[in-house]
Amino acid sequence: MNNPILAVRRLSVTFNHRQKVVDDISFEIQAGETFALVGESGSGKSITALSVLRLLPNNARLKADAISLHGDNLLNRSEFDLCKIRGRRIGFIFQDPMSSLNPVMTIGRQIEEVIKLHFDLPREALKQRALELLQQVEIPDSQQRIKDYPHQLSGGQRQRVMIAIALAGKPDLLIADEPTTSLDVTIQAQILALLKNIQQQTGMALWLISHDLALVSTMADRVAVMQQGKIVETGLTAEFFSQPKHPYTRKLLNALPLMQSCLTHSAEEKPPLLQVSDFYCYYPIRKGIFKRIVDHVRAVDGVSFNIQQGKTLALVGESGCGKTTLGKSLLNLIPGSGRVVINGVELNALTGEALRQQRANIQIVFQDPFSSMNPRMLVGDIIAEGIRALHPHTSSEERKSRVRQLLQQVDLPEDSALRYPHEFSGGQRQRICIARALAVDPKLIVCDEPTSALDVSVQAQIIQLLKTLQREKGVSYLFITHDLAVVAEIADDVAVMYKGKIIEQGSVAEVLTQPKQAYTQKLLAAVPVLKMEH
Amino acid sequence: MIVLWTDALIYLLIAVMLALGLYLRGKEHIQRPLQQIGRSKIGMVSLVVLLFFVLIGLLDSVHFRPADDKKNEIISLLDDWATPLREHGEKTYSAPFATTLYSKEMMTLADGSMQWGYPRLEFGGRHLNNPEIEKVPDILQKTVYGLAQGASLIGFFMLLMWMLFVEQHKRFMRSSTAKTVWAVAFFMVSFSYALIYLSGYYHVFGTDKVGEDVFYQAIKSIRTGLVIGTLTTLIMLPMAIVFGILAGFFRGWVDDVIQYIYTTLNSIPSVLLIAASILMVQVYMANHEADFTSVIVRADMRLLFLCMILGVTSWTGLCRLLRAETLKLREMEYVQAAQALGVKQGAILLRHILPNVMHIVLISVVLDFSSLVLAEAVLSYINIGVDPTSYSWGNMINGARLEMAREPIVWWSLSAAFVFMFALVLAANLFADVVQDAFDPRRSGNE
Repeated sequence: MNNPILAVRRLSVTFNHRQKVVDDISFEIQAGETFALVGESGSGKSITALSVLRLLPNNARLKADAISLHGDNLLNRSEFDLCKIRGRRIGFIFQDPMSSLNPVMTIGRQIEEVIKLHFDLPREALKQRALELLQQVEIPDSQQRIKDYPHQLSGGQRQRVMIAIALAGKPDLLIADEPTTSLDVTIQAQILALLKNIQQQTGMALWLISHDLALVSTMADRVAVMQQGKIVETGLTAEFFSQPKHPYTRKLLNALPLMQSCLTHSAEEKPPLLQVSDFYCYYPIRKGIFKRIVDHVRAVDGVSFNIQQGKTLALVGESGCGKTTLGKSLLNLIPGSGRVVINGVELNALTGEALRQQRANIQIVFQDPFSSMNPRMLVGDIIAEGIRALHPHTSSEERKSRVRQLLQQVDLPEDSALRYPHEFSGGQRQRICIARALAVDPKLIVCDEPTSALDVSVQAQIIQLLKTLQREKGVSYLFITHDLAVVAEIADDVAVMYKGKIIEQGSVAEVLTQPKQAYTQKLLAAVPVLKMEH
Repeated sequence: MIVLWTDALIYLLIAVMLALGLYLRGKEHIQRPLQQIGRSKIGMVSLVVLLFFVLIGLLDSVHFRPADDKKNEIISLLDDWATPLREHGEKTYSAPFATTLYSKEMMTLADGSMQWGYPRLEFGGRHLNNPEIEKVPDILQKTVYGLAQGASLIGFFMLLMWMLFVEQHKRFMRSSTAKTVWAVAFFMVSFSYALIYLSGYYHVFGTDKVGEDVFYQAIKSIRTGLVIGTLTTLIMLPMAIVFGILAGFFRGWVDDVIQYIYTTLNSIPSVLLIAASILMVQVYMANHEADFTSVIVRADMRLLFLCMILGVTSWTGLCRLLRAETLKLREMEYVQAAQALGVKQGAILLRHILPNVMHIVLISVVLDFSSLVLAEAVLSYINIGVDPTSYSWGNMINGARLEMAREPIVWWSLSAAFVFMFALVLAANLFADVVQDAFDPRRSGNE
């Protein structure tokens, strides 16, 4: 234990001479162990990793007593020396596999490029080594795939290539910065298994940076929790999750949605609000000079479901299964065909002005709280927009008081109305979006992954808010998500979507505890469950 | 007072800018980049230089008939103030600060005999008895005198401003940017005062073929350059904005039609279009001579048409940019949310799309300005630019090009046009860079 592979002593990072992003932290990583740094977004965990490799942005200032790799203080090394350490001694995997590969180079060339930087190998050996690496990260048909370009690979495969590149220098320490955040649950499980596997083969240390406590509990040997630039608690994983000491850690653990909570929902039947039958949404694929339609992408391929009044239907599925398309085409934002009846009115039969008047019935809350509000408008105007459009005769006084009331309902201060969206945090913005949807008194709100861009504790608050609003106003939700734990928290019924079709639906307790379809079982198995010994 | 067509449009432009300024006064998303520009030294210095040019251009845009109207001519405020410059014509070429003509002539001496030599100028250096000895000390003395006068004038004003405003606006008056701006303003005013003072005694930039003062020509050209740079954008903007946004937002056949229009327009050489339209105006004016009695009115009409046709040929670039940006914006979730809320399409365009593309418009307006000023010079050089009788840097260059082959060379027309154009275009370009940095959302992240 006395010879750590990486030791950081009293590291601080400030931005623009003001904001302290990392505040006087110290930690060690032992050889061969998995060390997890956990924290919410903005807590400074990625900056900590970047400062070890001295890859900070220009406006950041770094201060530390020592950052030593094998007892060798990196702070005393020149930039030239550090270039040899990056990639060779310390590997790095970034969060987004889509943007970290060069789109105009084959993956083989990109791996070879890194090998060439660190080892003086002849051309043939170089190729051989690249192939070995691809096999190590378990890419099928690696002989052929080595000549592929990044766009020919799926997200999970790209992340595997990134891992291969990080392994190319045979590093002693691999830093994985949220390696699975942008991937689907089943792929996430595969990548994590792969990382574990490679770690056992090579004996390198793994530094995992994540916001996902459940994931960390299955992977890490030791855990450190960061809050606002400080490490508030460090400990062995088993102790850490059974006896959390710091109040912040306890708060984080309590905020985690639990799969068990689905058993508490009432099974009382209510009259249906929305009836969807035989719903299709095809995108034409056009080819040739005349743009002839040669085929269709079947984004939504004949789905039928009902939503009861005042209840929540969760639509679950992996990315690309058509769940967002379905949600948007229910609102006629994307053209679809089929019968959609809400409150006795058939929406698909309507066009133009008649459709516009019916818009009040269904509203939507989007995933990304940053792009779902016009940055040039005041929050008050954003919320009032729907009232202005659908009830043009309301006076400005009435609108103002309505906006005040709505802000109150979503627990935001009244003066928010006169501020711009960028002044709010992600969670607060999501509240504004909910207020905007509520403004026109909808019967149904389509929630398109409203919590997946948010931190755990904020996510819990938003879900609580949605539940409260449902109780008070009797509004129904179509809750689109990939996160099964959230489903258990909020939903009454579940529909599982796979390749444009609903393959299984039923009450939440039924689907989550006794899944019938193999796909649903696979999905459930892949969810990392917090290992907690009570 | 007489309002020419271009004058009217300039007034309109100023009114629009003032209204826009008032409208945007409280908008935070505009204020932040403006403050960033305000903090930038280069930005503020180039703005001061630009404003100096604009001021001269504005003075030159107030036209009237003089009280003692003999020649049926229309003059501007600038002409009125520069009357000595305007009327001190020589016979033909003379070099800067010369006291004699540039070429030898037969001249009649006082005693009636003839001599082959350089005749004295009618106005340049008239006050000197023995130019060969007195000239250099006289120029130096007058320069220093002019500089001192200008410096004390601007110094007095700055002191006044300081006393009046320093208490309320400490932040603006004491920052290092403010100091640089004051220094540049001080230098420019005293320098130009000295130039004006000197030009009362000499032809500072020489005279051209018909003996007209080149300094006067260069100053008069400022208005032409500014008019071309600004009015063209005024004509181009509505087309680019409306077509670009409509094409990007509605897609389908609207997009197809607009794309066909601008690709077709883009594939016609713009020089051809410009030449054709200028010819048309000339024919029109020849057929309606009664309406175009004054030379200035004719030249103005042609300038206006040049602006229009330049506008028609140059909107396509911005239109493309706006179309692409709108294509991106219409997929943004706030636009979809507005659709879901039943907001009408017109309102979506005005409230959600337009404000979010304005930064592109602003950047490209400032960038286009300098290229248009240069385009005018090129077009005048091949004789399809502004009217040959009106003052413009292009015309000055065009007139000077034949003399470049002469020995000894006549260099001053070209140099004067170059120096003035360079100053204006450099200031505009530097300002455009700063504006782009401030308004481009992709760059503001690294601040």
